[in-house]
Amino acid sequence: MTRLTRRQFGLFAGASAAALTLPTYLRAQGKPRVVVIGGGAGGATAARYIAKDSDGAIDVTLIDQSEMYTTCFFSNLYVGGFRSFESITHSYDALQSSYGITKVTGRAASVDRAAKTVTMEDGSSVPYDRLVVAPGIDLIWDSVEGYSEELSEIAPHAWKAGPQTQLLKAKLDAIENGQQVVMVAPPNPYRCPPGPYERASMMAHVLKAKGLTDSKVIILDPKDKFSKQGVFQEGWEKHYPGMVEWYGPDVHGGIGAVDVNAGTVETDLDTFKGALLNIIPAQKAGAIASEAGLTDDSGFCPIMAESMRSTIDEAVFVIGDASIAGDMPKSAFSANSQAKVAAMTIRGDLLDSKVFPAKYANTCWSLIETDDSIKVGAQYAPGDGKIASTQGFVSQTSEDAALRKSNFEESTGWYAGITADMFG
Amino acid sequence: MVERGRHHRRIEIMRWVVSVFLLSLSWILAGPDQAGATDAVFKPCATCHEIGSGAKHKVGPHLDGLFGRKAGSLEGFRYSDGMRAAGEAGLVWTPEALDEYLQRPRDFIKGNRMSFRGMPDDAERAALVAWLESATQQAPAADPVTGEAPTDGLVRSFADIVLQMDGDPEYGEYLAGECVTCHQATGHADGIPSIVGLPKDYFVKSLFEYRTNVRSNEVMKLRVANLANDEIAALAAYFSSLDPQ
Repeated sequence: MTRLTRRQFGLFAGASAAALTLPTYLRAQGKPRVVVIGGGAGGATAARYIAKDSDGAIDVTLIDQSEMYTTCFFSNLYVGGFRSFESITHSYDALQSSYGITKVTGRAASVDRAAKTVTMEDGSSVPYDRLVVAPGIDLIWDSVEGYSEELSEIAPHAWKAGPQTQLLKAKLDAIENGQQVVMVAPPNPYRCPPGPYERASMMAHVLKAKGLTDSKVIILDPKDKFSKQGVFQEGWEKHYPGMVEWYGPDVHGGIGAVDVNAGTVETDLDTFKGALLNIIPAQKAGAIASEAGLTDDSGFCPIMAESMRSTIDEAVFVIGDASIAGDMPKSAFSANSQAKVAAMTIRGDLLDSKVFPAKYANTCWSLIETDDSIKVGAQYAPGDGKIASTQGFVSQTSEDAALRKSNFEESTGWYAGITADMFG
Repeated sequence: MVERGRHHRRIEIMRWVVSVFLLSLSWILAGPDQAGATDAVFKPCATCHEIGSGAKHKVGPHLDGLFGRKAGSLEGFRYSDGMRAAGEAGLVWTPEALDEYLQRPRDFIKGNRMSFRGMPDDAERAALVAWLESATQQAPAADPVTGEAPTDGLVRSFADIVLQMDGDPEYGEYLAGECVTCHQATGHADGIPSIVGLPKDYFVKSLFEYRTNVRSNEVMKLRVANLANDEIAALAAYFSSLDPQ
C-alpha cells in the first residue's frame, strides 16, 4: 500500500470532508483546542500523545476529579500484598510541566455539544474543537438487589481504585481463620474481564500466607464462564486447594438479595455468609457519557472502528471502558491502544497531519500466586463494522513454572511501561 | 541477484500459506546465531550482550576483548553519558572493576543504562568474571554493528529482504505506539528489555526470530505476526534513530 492510499483510507474511513477545511478555519481562531475528560489509561494517554506529537500546536486540557491517579490495574496486587498503594498511585505533574497540558481538577458536569463546551461542576466552562471522553465505568448499584453506593462503605466493590481498594484490603486483612469472603462477580460487559478471578486469587494468597487455610473465597457469578477460566481453576487447585470456590448460574440458580449488614448473599441454591462481602455490580459508561448524549441503549458509547470517533458526534471521541470497542476487552491496555488511534485521528482533523490505518492491541496479565502469572492477548483491526479480533493467544494449563515466572516479570515491566506512557 | 530477490519474495508470500514447511526453511536460511555463547553463568547477560566470534552490539555492546578496554569506548554503540564519562575519567575494565560494577551497576556508574539490578552474591559474581575472562578473549568482529554479516547485498534470509527496504520512520513512529506500552520510550527497562536505539540489523533479525520460533514470547509472536515487512522496516528505521534518555 502506498502512503497516498493510506492517507485516503484514513480520510474515507474516519474524517469527513469538512475536516479537510477545518485547519484553515481554526488557524484563524488561534490554536485548536482539545479537551480530554478522564485521566486514566485512555484519557491520560490521549492527552499526552496529542500534546507530544503536535509539538505545542494544539492546546490540550485534561479534566479529572483527582489530583493523583490510582490505577485499577495492579490494584489486585496491592490487595494481595505484592505492591504498595503508593506504587500504583501517580501524579499528573509531568503532563503539565513536560508536555504543557493544562490539568483541571474537578468533575465535568455536562457537555454542550452544539456550543462545544464542557461545563464543570463549579459552573466554569471549557471550550473545545475536539473532545475526548474517557470517563471509564460507573456502577449500576441496583443491579444487585439490596446494594447501594452508601452500603459500598461496608461491602466494598473496589472496582474503581482508591479508598475502596484500601477498604477491601483492610477488611481482608482482618479475616480470621474459618471466616469466608463472598464475592459477587459482575455480568458482561465490565471493566477487566479476568479481574474478579485475579482478585479471588490474591485474596486466597493473603489467607494462605497467614495460615488461614480453613477460610475460603466464594465467587458467585452471574456468568456461566469467565476469562482464562481453565488456567485460573487449575491454579486455584494447585495453590489454594479447597480455598476458592466458583459457582456459576447452573449451580447457584440465580443471585438474589444482598444483606450487607448481616453479611449474606441469597441465591436460589443457598444463602452464603461472608465476613467480607465484595460486591461488584453491573457497569455502564461513566455518567458524563450519558449526560452528553453519547451512549446507546447498552449504556456504553458507539464509536467508529477506524478512529474511535463517536458515531453520534464527529467532534467527539470516546475511548476506553466507556466505548463499545467490538471484540476488545475493557482494559487499561485496550484504552491506551485506543487513545493512540484517537490522538492520531484528532491531529489529522486539526493539523491535517498524516493518518495511518488503525491498529489495536491488548494483553492482560493475571497473577494467581507468587511467580505464577497467566496472560491473554490479541490484535484487533476495523472489520465487519466493529473493532474485530484478528489473532490472539491465551496461557495454557500445565505450563512450566519458568514461563509463568517470566510472565510475572513481563507484567511488572508492562506496568512500568504503560504508566510511563500515560503520565510521561 | 535480481532473480534471486524475486525468488525469495515469492517464497515469502508462499510461507504464509504453507507456514509449517516454510518456518523450517526460513530457519535454515537464517541459520543459527553463531555468536550467542550461552553458558549458564552468562545467561542473565545474554539477553543483551553477545560474545564470541562475530559478536555484535545488541541492547548492550558486544563483550569481545572486554578486559583492558576503556569503558564506553566501542565504536558503533551508543553509550549513556554516564558510561562515556566514566571511561574518559579513566575507568578501564579489569576483573576488579567489573566485579565492583556488577554488584550494583546503577550505583557504580551513575546514569548508566544497563538494566540489570546487580549480582550481590560474591561467589556468583566471581564465577561470572572468571568465565568472562576466558570467553572475551576473541578479537572483536570487523564491524561491531553488523557483526560479520555479508556486505555483498545477497539475500540470505527473510530478514535480509526487510533490511534492504527503506523504512518510513514517520509510519514507524505511529506503529511504535504499540511497542512503547511495554518497551519504554525513554530506554529504561524494568522487566521488559529496552529497544530504543537498537541497530536496525539486530531489530529486524530479532523480530523474524519470533516468526521462526527461535524466540517464543507469545505477546511478541502475536505482535510480529501482524506486522507486514514494510511495517517492520518502518519500526526498525524509527527505533534505530532514537537515543536512549
